[in-house]
Amino acid sequence: MLGIVKDFPGVRALDGVDLEVRAGEVHCLVGQNGAGKSTFIKVLAGAHQPDAGSIRWNGEEVRFSSPLAALRHGVATIYQELDLVDGLSVAENIYLGHEVSAGGFTRRGTVRDYAEALLARLGHSEIPTTREVGRLSAAGKQIVSIARALSYDAQVIVMDEPSAVLAHDEVTNLFRVIRDLTDDGVAVVYISHRLDEVRQIGDRVTVLKDGHTVATALPARTVTTREIVTLMTGRDIEFPFPPRPQAASGARTEVLRVDGLSRHGEFENVSFSVAAGEIVGIAGLVGSGRSELLETVYGARRPSAGSVSFLGKRLRAGALPHAVATGMGLAPEERKSQALFMRESIATNMTAASLSRYSRFSFLNRRRELADANKLVRSLDLRPNDARRRVVTLSGGNQQKVVVGRWLMHGCRLLLLDEPTRGVDVGARAELYAIVRQLADSGVAVLLVSSEVPEVLGLADRVLVLRDGRIVHESPAQELDESGVLDLVMEGSAV
Amino acid sequence: MTEQSFPPVEEQERVEEQAANTAQPRTGAWSRIGEVRNLGLVGVLIVLITIGGISQPDSFLTRNNLVTVLTQASAIGVITVGMTFVIIGGGIDLSVGSLMGLASVWATTQATQSMGTWAVIGVALLVGVGFGTINGVLIAYGGLVPFIATLAMLATAVGLAQKISNKQTQILNSAAINKLATNKIFGVPPLVWMFAGVAIVGWVVLNRTTYGRRTLALGGNPEAARLAGLNTRLHTVSLYALSGLCAGISAIMIASQTTSGSSTNGDGYELDAIAAVIIGGTLLAGGAGTLVGSVLGVLVFTTISNLLIQNNLQTEVQNIVTGVIIVLAVLLQRRSKEVRS
Repeated sequence: MLGIVKDFPGVRALDGVDLEVRAGEVHCLVGQNGAGKSTFIKVLAGAHQPDAGSIRWNGEEVRFSSPLAALRHGVATIYQELDLVDGLSVAENIYLGHEVSAGGFTRRGTVRDYAEALLARLGHSEIPTTREVGRLSAAGKQIVSIARALSYDAQVIVMDEPSAVLAHDEVTNLFRVIRDLTDDGVAVVYISHRLDEVRQIGDRVTVLKDGHTVATALPARTVTTREIVTLMTGRDIEFPFPPRPQAASGARTEVLRVDGLSRHGEFENVSFSVAAGEIVGIAGLVGSGRSELLETVYGARRPSAGSVSFLGKRLRAGALPHAVATGMGLAPEERKSQALFMRESIATNMTAASLSRYSRFSFLNRRRELADANKLVRSLDLRPNDARRRVVTLSGGNQQKVVVGRWLMHGCRLLLLDEPTRGVDVGARAELYAIVRQLADSGVAVLLVSSEVPEVLGLADRVLVLRDGRIVHESPAQELDESGVLDLVMEGSAV
Repeated sequence: MTEQSFPPVEEQERVEEQAANTAQPRTGAWSRIGEVRNLGLVGVLIVLITIGGISQPDSFLTRNNLVTVLTQASAIGVITVGMTFVIIGGGIDLSVGSLMGLASVWATTQATQSMGTWAVIGVALLVGVGFGTINGVLIAYGGLVPFIATLAMLATAVGLAQKISNKQTQILNSAAINKLATNKIFGVPPLVWMFAGVAIVGWVVLNRTTYGRRTLALGGNPEAARLAGLNTRLHTVSLYALSGLCAGISAIMIASQTTSGSSTNGDGYELDAIAAVIIGGTLLAGGAGTLVGSVLGVLVFTTISNLLIQNNLQTEVQNIVTGVIIVLAVLLQRRSKEVRS
């Protein structure tokens, strides 16, 4: 693939990505969140059409006009969220979309035989082809996905962070499967955040940054972590972060204290505190337990151990309405599905957590509600500046302002921000950063989670690094740099 | 390489909104009347009345007949109000019809009636609220799907009503309650005023109180409602309790009309109520809807059945027409939704 370019309105997601894959190799693709890996995979899989650039297949220029076209050429993609149908059997899943049939009737016996042969080739004949996929482990599902790819006679298999859901020995097994495949001449494009894995399984490495290739065909076994991290960092676009106030003199009141908080399989023994006026950032990979931690602090999930104290009082586990009533607010990760009422107006969305303030004997004072919402719309510089507009019509950045506005209106003492700038354009980002800093200056405690390391470093006063559900590092933001955090997040040797 | 090559939906909508915004002067009161769906229902109602006036000029447009239509609409109208709340809140209540039957039976047992009119009323309301609350608890705390929980309640309540009454019709002796159907206040029976009262209270609660706002939020995005600090479980229970309360009120009304309590009272009403809510423009998925639409929906259905009876058409035909109207209304709803986005 040469000079692949992909534009989305306002954003150039890919700006000249080159990748050359040879038969029988494992080609690793690394890059930070937002570097364009996912978009690139989708182009490769035929799900997105490139706006420029070319794809050559065995020397011939081809177009993957649809996922099926890519599959027919022999490029199969295994996404992070495995696209298997839980209710169907293993064999049915492997042949989903190209069922073996005669006169409209599926030939179950034949399909089973084929599926068994494929699983045997992967060294997993112990998986019964008649079992429902929903009852398999994550590792088993992955094998089924790979078998499905092979059923299309794939020459290139793209794997998007396959190890993220696997335990250690399962990863070893996955690597053995990958080796068997490459021995047969199949090429594997392996996307991962874990550099130790890249060194272990990869032949060559390509590094993406801000939508273009910064290095390609590095020898995977000898390249150093430092080298790759340097290539991945140093962004072109610098976001203007608001200045930190002078280090506050004296002890600030502690707003939040988390003690030994654990949730099985998500995070373990996490302890930290956040003071009034302070922004604490949590850095970590997707799947490191960040969002789960935030939601547990908020009371939306129940911890299996540990406690959360807010304003000096211990919160009952899972008492979300109480947490909100006493002054906690959460801007969740998925704005649209977790925070917004898309059909409703900006005003309705903003007052959703403070309705009782706009009512007497539960009768709403809609005039005052609208007036206050409009005031907030102006002070947040929300566009369009009319609180009666429905949020479905707003851009991502303005929608996020509505979510933050909800907690401003509520007058919270602790604001939990989960990926506050995901899908937000550059201009609105700077505004959001300024709003958050202003909030902190006014005495609100802020706990921020982001997969964008520069954001955590630029905005937070203090940084916690979370890996595999444990805090592995804590220090003032000024003492860390991007590559240092990436080292901690990805490698783990620096503990 | 153009920027337009991949416009996300949001972007398109924004552009359209802006285009619509340039023609803003006409918003305000006019755009609110433009709740097009309700306007459509008013249109349907006018057409139906016109047809009635032409086909049966002597009997349809008489005062007596119109009062009959309104009276027939009353009991079903009250449960439709409760159903509107449940559906807007993202649920469904299949048990209202059988709860009506159960409440009417329980309220007309000899034991209850011997304690007087207020006992009859009190028992009917308590049965409605009580069993509605059970629905709500099963759904909110037991994790049952509303469809299943209320379907189970439907079967249970019918059985319970049959057991209590021994499948007999129990005569209602309370003169006061019977007068609800026979008396006239300003020319219409008190039943109609009860329906009007419930509808108005429902409208105010839905549109002017925190309760209504929270119901819309819960149905529109339950996860967002929960994360905004709303006690979604408690609210869900309250919605089904409210629906049960409406079934209780409705039970008194139907007992008054038939001067009896019977396990067959309200039989099948749940489907009529759901149909009225849906053609009234409430989304079956929840999060949006109007009470005015639901009330109009009830009036449309009652008028149709009255028209068909007046024209000596059988109940079979009524059922077919009802089915066709539901399909048309939902198709129309989807269309108007497409136009909007």
